[in-house]
Amino acid sequence: MISPFEDVIIQTVCRILIPFIQLYGLYVIAHGHSSPGGGFQGGVILGASFILLCLSYDLQEIKKRLSQRANVIFLSVGVIIYAGIGIVCLLLGGNYLDYSWLRQILPVDPVEARSIGIFGIEVGVGVTVMAVMISIFLDLASEEEQKGS
Amino acid sequence: MKLVALIAVCLTGALLLYGTTDMPNWGDPNSPASLHVSPRYIEKTMEETAVPNMVTSVLADYRGYDTLGETTVIFTAAIACILLIRRFSP
Amino acid sequence: MEQVIGKYNYWIYIILMMIGFYAMIGKKNLVKKLIGMNIFQTSIILFFISTGSKKGATIPIVSNGHEGIHRAIEAFQYMNPLPHVLMLTAIVVMVSTFGVALALLLMIYRRYQTLDEDEILRLRRK
Repeated sequence: MISPFEDVIIQTVCRILIPFIQLYGLYVIAHGHSSPGGGFQGGVILGASFILLCLSYDLQEIKKRLSQRANVIFLSVGVIIYAGIGIVCLLLGGNYLDYSWLRQILPVDPVEARSIGIFGIEVGVGVTVMAVMISIFLDLASEEEQKGS
Repeated sequence: MKLVALIAVCLTGALLLYGTTDMPNWGDPNSPASLHVSPRYIEKTMEETAVPNMVTSVLADYRGYDTLGETTVIFTAAIACILLIRRFSP
Repeated sequence: MEQVIGKYNYWIYIILMMIGFYAMIGKKNLVKKLIGMNIFQTSIILFFISTGSKKGATIPIVSNGHEGIHRAIEAFQYMNPLPHVLMLTAIVVMVSTFGVALALLLMIYRRYQTLDEDEILRLRRK
């Protein structure tokens, strides 16, 4: 159980720091093609920024910023993005998750199409991992406190 | 009981240590793990997917189906946490 | 002696694994068992990562890759990317299994008011 904890220094530092942490998380997701990073790592960084918000303020604060219902929707949307890209490839005539067939709807050559498909996958994975981290943390931290929607 | 556990742990450790005598040395470029599947990935990644990071390309392209299943695993874990802990008011 | 110096990494992982394994089967507290499982998984992950290393090779990222490559990529220049990929997914699965296990322990504690294994078994028999 996290009790409300008021500290001006911690709250101010976290409030200034959290946007930069989230920006870095987005950078890690988007730049996973050419540097260490990708969906899993960036998603964990994004989730950690919300957990930091929850630790420095209290549980009600994070529910104001990101409701539980929106979190569950994010959880599902990531998997749907991932599976949806596979199904788009299937509808365009290729195998499941064969991104080179995306060239029929994108103005690029097959090699570039595979690169873009990988980026879509990373976004889906990142959204899911972020929502999973927040969801597990909130469920474990708020005992008997929250009412499900 | 603790003694039995300690004996079992030491026995397992000794067996594994005996097994390391057949393993390749650390950082051996000719180890079996580096000879068969991975050279194909390393050499063809750039021309087939145009992604410099081989880990990303193998994760999301060559083994995309694996990663899909694994995303489903963590999705299921979050759903299981929600169902176990969260109280649903009717 | 040759066996020890050339393969000292396996010794480290085996010692880590023994610590985790002892915590799993020797301790009575369920949270300590869980921590032991985490140590065990960490040693397995380190072992897998170490199988991918090559002496004199660099990380599996082609430098300046976006400007187009004009040279052949040889396999001995880059580390084996496959263990990294497998363990990247294994780490995330590890985190989610840890979360589910903590949730289960929370439910066990709410029902029996204890996390001691013998105590729970005694309460169940009654």
